[in-house]
Amino acid sequence: MKFIDEYRDRELVQRILKEIRHISTRDISLMEVCGGHTMAIQKFGIPSLLPTTIKLLSGPGCPVCVSSRRFIDHAIAIARKEKHIIATFGDLIRVPGSTSSLEKEKANGADIRIVYSILDAINLAKSHPDHKIVFLGIGFETTAPGTALGILKAKQEQLHNFSLLSSHKIMPPAMEALIDEGVQIDGYIAPGHVSTITGTGMYQKITKKYKVGCVVAGFEPTDLLKAIYMLVQQHEHDNPKVEIAYTRAVRSEGNKKAKEAMEEVFELQDDWWRGLGILPASGLKLRDIYRNFDASEVIEVDIEPTKEDKGCICGEILKGISKPSDCKLFGRVCTPQAPVGACMVSSEGACAAFYRYRGS
Amino acid sequence: MAKDKILLAHGSGGKITHELINNLFVKYFRNPFLEKQTDSAILPGYNEFLAFTTDGFVVDPIFFPGGDIGKLAVAGTVNDLAVSGAVPKYLSCSFIIEEGLLISDLEKIVASMAEEAAKADVPIVTGDTKVVNKSKCDKIFITTSGIGFLPDVHKKISTGPDIHPGDKIIINGSIADHGMAVLAARNDMELQAEILSDCASLNGLIRSVLDAGINIKFMRDATRGGLANVMAELSSGKSYGLHLDENKILVQENVRGICEILGFDPLYVANEGKVVMVTGEKDAEKALEIIKKHQHGRDAAIIGEATTEHPGKAWLTTGIGGKRIIDMLAGEQLPRIC
Repeated sequence: MKFIDEYRDRELVQRILKEIRHISTRDISLMEVCGGHTMAIQKFGIPSLLPTTIKLLSGPGCPVCVSSRRFIDHAIAIARKEKHIIATFGDLIRVPGSTSSLEKEKANGADIRIVYSILDAINLAKSHPDHKIVFLGIGFETTAPGTALGILKAKQEQLHNFSLLSSHKIMPPAMEALIDEGVQIDGYIAPGHVSTITGTGMYQKITKKYKVGCVVAGFEPTDLLKAIYMLVQQHEHDNPKVEIAYTRAVRSEGNKKAKEAMEEVFELQDDWWRGLGILPASGLKLRDIYRNFDASEVIEVDIEPTKEDKGCICGEILKGISKPSDCKLFGRVCTPQAPVGACMVSSEGACAAFYRYRGS
Repeated sequence: MAKDKILLAHGSGGKITHELINNLFVKYFRNPFLEKQTDSAILPGYNEFLAFTTDGFVVDPIFFPGGDIGKLAVAGTVNDLAVSGAVPKYLSCSFIIEEGLLISDLEKIVASMAEEAAKADVPIVTGDTKVVNKSKCDKIFITTSGIGFLPDVHKKISTGPDIHPGDKIIINGSIADHGMAVLAARNDMELQAEILSDCASLNGLIRSVLDAGINIKFMRDATRGGLANVMAELSSGKSYGLHLDENKILVQENVRGICEILGFDPLYVANEGKVVMVTGEKDAEKALEIIKKHQHGRDAAIIGEATTEHPGKAWLTTGIGGKRIIDMLAGEQLPRIC
């Protein structure tokens, strides 16, 4: 396939691997913080190709996995209301809430629609004027601008039956929190899609403050291996810096228009991350002038008390401290068809990726 | 639990479907024929064995590029018989029709069934029709059952007890066409891609291989859950591993494109005209030659082999040379594709 196959070229991969083996003498732990990277690394079998000096960790890069259980409970409470339609990305419907899931509510008769973008949800609002449509906004800087544009469109079209339940988050606070918590990270494989929007400015602070390199990677094998090569080289020379190994998509200044849309619609709030707790100024909330579109403001619901999982080590897995296979529940009590923790639900979650593609 | 309800995922064909089948249907209907859980039940007949199978079809949309629910209902049941090594003989069909369906649409579907049945040379000999109130089913659901005759020499094909390391894995062409064709045909996707479903009866192709005296040790059609599910199921609990080479598995350009966009792994996407065969090393090239001459086998390839490595597992060498395990599909990848 054009524009993809050249980045999956076996010869080129072997050449980069040879270079990596050639320069890598010191142990190094690299963390990716992007669900797309988690999946790609497992899908292409990259860990089986790397020298033993290099350890790859999966961080909190899956937005579904880091979302709070209360967010799901909130969505469920809305779904139970008459004449309310939940519009959501497919990944969220199987995430366990405290006592139910959107999938189960759907079987109980709740109107839950899987959509591919906020625009589908806006179309639903137009075609169902007697219903209230609530879009579940989830994701990092990659999907937040799309949601922001949707809100601007909804305002422009004066939709009164459309609102957003936001679980949008931004990535840098989590990258800092992990290091603050003492997780051994020698370099970040920085997220590709997030960086197309944000650019690389936000990583400078991390590199400066913690002396940890950040290299933005794409999602194809050669992209990932190139980023790994650059991080290993930085580490070998004690020269952490911010670099881009995904220059065909990412510019250091990012996407100005997308950033403006986010800035216009959202403001930062303290937010709860599974495994990391409350991180200051890490979540995105609609600004006051858009509060008419904020489901948490305009739809009254009773949300059930939040119950957390027992025995689940999602937190440690999201921090890269433990591997999915270290969890007592993994593969036995917690499987993709009966997930206990969020890491198992989303196809981009570390546990789901590990379960499906277990390296051999 | 009494309060648990059926979820869409229970119909995915993956692990959760298997749990439902084992914990409910097999538990209550228990008998030695059912317990083998082969595509067709293998039953004692007079001179030969009987193969007997049934399948319900609820695909949405009912017309899609490369086929329709009627063609699918015939080919699906014919294939379930043929992959067990049987010669499909007779089909039955049962229609559940939603009030309001255009009779012209029904006629198109029935004509398509007749055409596919004629191609497969398997007559539809009995049937039933029910109509339900508007919105009590979605347009039309079809169930077909089929009977075939199974010569004694082929009766192990559906379970594959004689597979050994070194045996080859063959497939008769590209994967993931059907699932992606149906998905692209759904209105809600707004994707402009003309992908043809591979929906086709394979009994002719299979017969030509068996008639050539080739010892097919195992055969299954790679429908829901795709090639991955067939491999994961077959290897489970065995003393050998099953290895696939990603570079040898054909995925059409446009199918790969949609899979990339939507994040589907083609290995797990449904096919409706693909059979996976396992043969001895010596038979493999000969089988391939025969399959390639057939119209549904032009792109056939040897895609892997049974190994001593990773016993009980199916595993893949990825396009770049990495290794990973192929597990069964867990939840639902795509509802209502057949």
